[in-house]
Amino acid sequence: MAAITLSGVVKSYGRVTAVHGIDLEIAHNEFVVLVGPSGCGKSTTLRMIAGLEEISGGEIRIGGRLVNDLPPRKRNISMVFQNYALYPHMTVRENLGFGLKIAGQPPAVVAERVAEAAAILGLAELLDRVPGELSGGQRQRVAMGRAIVRHPDAFLFDEPLSNLDAKLRGQMRAEIKKLHQKVETTVVYVTHDQVEAMTLADRIVVMRDGRIEQTGTPIEVFSHPVNTFVAGFIGSPPMNMLPARVSGGALRLADGTGIALPERLAGRAPEGAEVILGIRPDDLSPVGHGLIEAGQGAEVEMTVEIAEPLGMESLILSRLGGQEVQAKLYGPRFVAPGERLTFRIALDRAHLFDAATGRALEAG
Amino acid sequence: MSARRLKAAGLWVATFLLMLVMCLPGLWVVLSAFRPNREILAKPPIWVPQRLTLDNFGKIFGFGAEQVAIPVGSYFLNSLVIAMTSTVIALAVGIAGGYAFARFRFRGKNAVFLGLMLFRAVPGIALSLPIFMLWSWIGLINTRPGLIIVYVSLNVPFTVWLIDGFFRQIPASLSEAALVDGCTRWQAFWRIEFPLARSGIAAAGVFAFLTSWNEFALASQLTRSTASKTLPVGLMDFTAQFTIDWAGMCAMAVIIIVPALILTFLVQRHLISGLTFGGVKG
Ligand SMILES: Nc1ncnc2c1ncn2[C@@H]1O[C@H](COP(=O)(O)OP(=O)(O)OP(=O)(O)O)[C@@H](O)[C@H]1O
Ligand SMILES: [Mg+2]
Repeated sequence: MAAITLSGVVKSYGRVTAVHGIDLEIAHNEFVVLVGPSGCGKSTTLRMIAGLEEISGGEIRIGGRLVNDLPPRKRNISMVFQNYALYPHMTVRENLGFGLKIAGQPPAVVAERVAEAAAILGLAELLDRVPGELSGGQRQRVAMGRAIVRHPDAFLFDEPLSNLDAKLRGQMRAEIKKLHQKVETTVVYVTHDQVEAMTLADRIVVMRDGRIEQTGTPIEVFSHPVNTFVAGFIGSPPMNMLPARVSGGALRLADGTGIALPERLAGRAPEGAEVILGIRPDDLSPVGHGLIEAGQGAEVEMTVEIAEPLGMESLILSRLGGQEVQAKLYGPRFVAPGERLTFRIALDRAHLFDAATGRALEAG
Repeated sequence: MSARRLKAAGLWVATFLLMLVMCLPGLWVVLSAFRPNREILAKPPIWVPQRLTLDNFGKIFGFGAEQVAIPVGSYFLNSLVIAMTSTVIALAVGIAGGYAFARFRFRGKNAVFLGLMLFRAVPGIALSLPIFMLWSWIGLINTRPGLIIVYVSLNVPFTVWLIDGFFRQIPASLSEAALVDGCTRWQAFWRIEFPLARSGIAAAGVFAFLTSWNEFALASQLTRSTASKTLPVGLMDFTAQFTIDWAGMCAMAVIIIVPALILTFLVQRHLISGLTFGGVKG
């Protein structure tokens, strides 16, 4: 039960700097997800919070206590590893109770807490097996059970679901969410999967190259990405990014196609500015087949190159401004390759970024 | 008969011959230990033992009618003390060193490791003269510690190398999980990593023990009396100027072989029980 504060946290491995001064406040009981591409320093950051990695600079506080120089065992956190890291020579029961036993809890207390955790995670029948006799999902649950028995101040998860198949991942995602609701604790969760990040997080921290690009609720990060990196990383399929120039009060794409300036951003894009127009596939749909068709829009003609019907919606690959774009068609309608359709761009949800810096030209 | 059957039969014959060649000397030694000298030396040779006897053992242990003046008891004790002590030390060093090589990064790690392996490549006997001179200066000739030190240095490169390999197989995340679970480094090692590397440590221990237990070349240079002579060296006591007491020698050889067999048998469970690393995703 504690807040976690990182201020100016740096990690260097010799000449390589993996984390460049991170500032992050995680509130008590908050579920924070660190997300970013491979090698961006997520694990390193998590391991510094856990105390498994020394801190090269800055401060980490857990529950107000400076923990920079405390070993992991004095931080009262627990961690779920990507490979689960269950002790192979111990039964599930011993795995769960190990931390309590080390802490010198009497056997009765250990048994009680193990039973409690086993009940929460549905492990009761597995208690006498060893990890080698468990399936991936069961191991995952034991790893989580081992984390909760000690009633720690915070849970740290490092890509806990990446070794599971897609279906199981969905299930475990829901279980983690349930667990967090049941066991009120601060959670720091690392993943490179933006879907996991969106679905689990109270707050998402998008990282790149050892720096935080943006912090915010899933909706904030999705709706108001601060730059092209975040815009491209969050959301699936990814946002279409079309280079354009502001000319005559409108946007002109590379091939000369004209598109009205989003009204919301008009004041932000001066005449002659080089920008990038960001449109999510959901905001680029054949007229009459869009998600929300109110508000400012612009219509463009495009030829369908590939259509991927998914049932209630289809993903359409096409070209706009001389560039491949993805669009979405809502409703069970068949589209054939080569079909020429009028698409509507939901301009009130479009984004503009400075072409040089990649920064969002946000209103307000 | 099909070609496959023929091949299988051929393999059996080959295996049998190979085993025969390998086992025959051993078998002869063991059998001879229970036969009177007369029968061993008989000409033409008597292949099938006529009469088995424990006289040879009685003789070398100083029971029974006939006695030889060979202090087998002292030799046995020397062998045991020297082999056990050097094994324990070589294992301790091997565990510490193997763990360090497997887990820590430090300057000159590769060079040290290579040096250790190269040292193992030097035949021990090539060092016998320098060791002899050194030991005689510092008074370690014909002492148990003198041999123990030699055997430890002979065994350490091997134990370090073998145990390093076993620790390397254990994912670092296991001990990290233990650290987060509340262990000190020391506890994490003893409760998690040590039990998981146990089979490797047992294997290293057996090999170290057998090396020390069977070593002859260096021991024959560095020992000369009951104060430190080991069993293999003591074996030479049976060769007098004109005669060799084959029966006694074979009986003693059995005494050397048996503890080695017993030890190997005791730890074989650890040697063959491959560890299942089910705790981490494979
Ligand atoms: N022991 C190390 N020595 C040198 N560099 C390291 C070390 N560990 C990590 N790094 C570097 O630090 C950077 C961040 O690594 P980190 O493991 O935190 O990435 P990550 O965001 O967790 O990536 P992934 O999604 O692949 O797990 C990487 O560029 C990596 O090469
Ligand atoms: Mg990682």
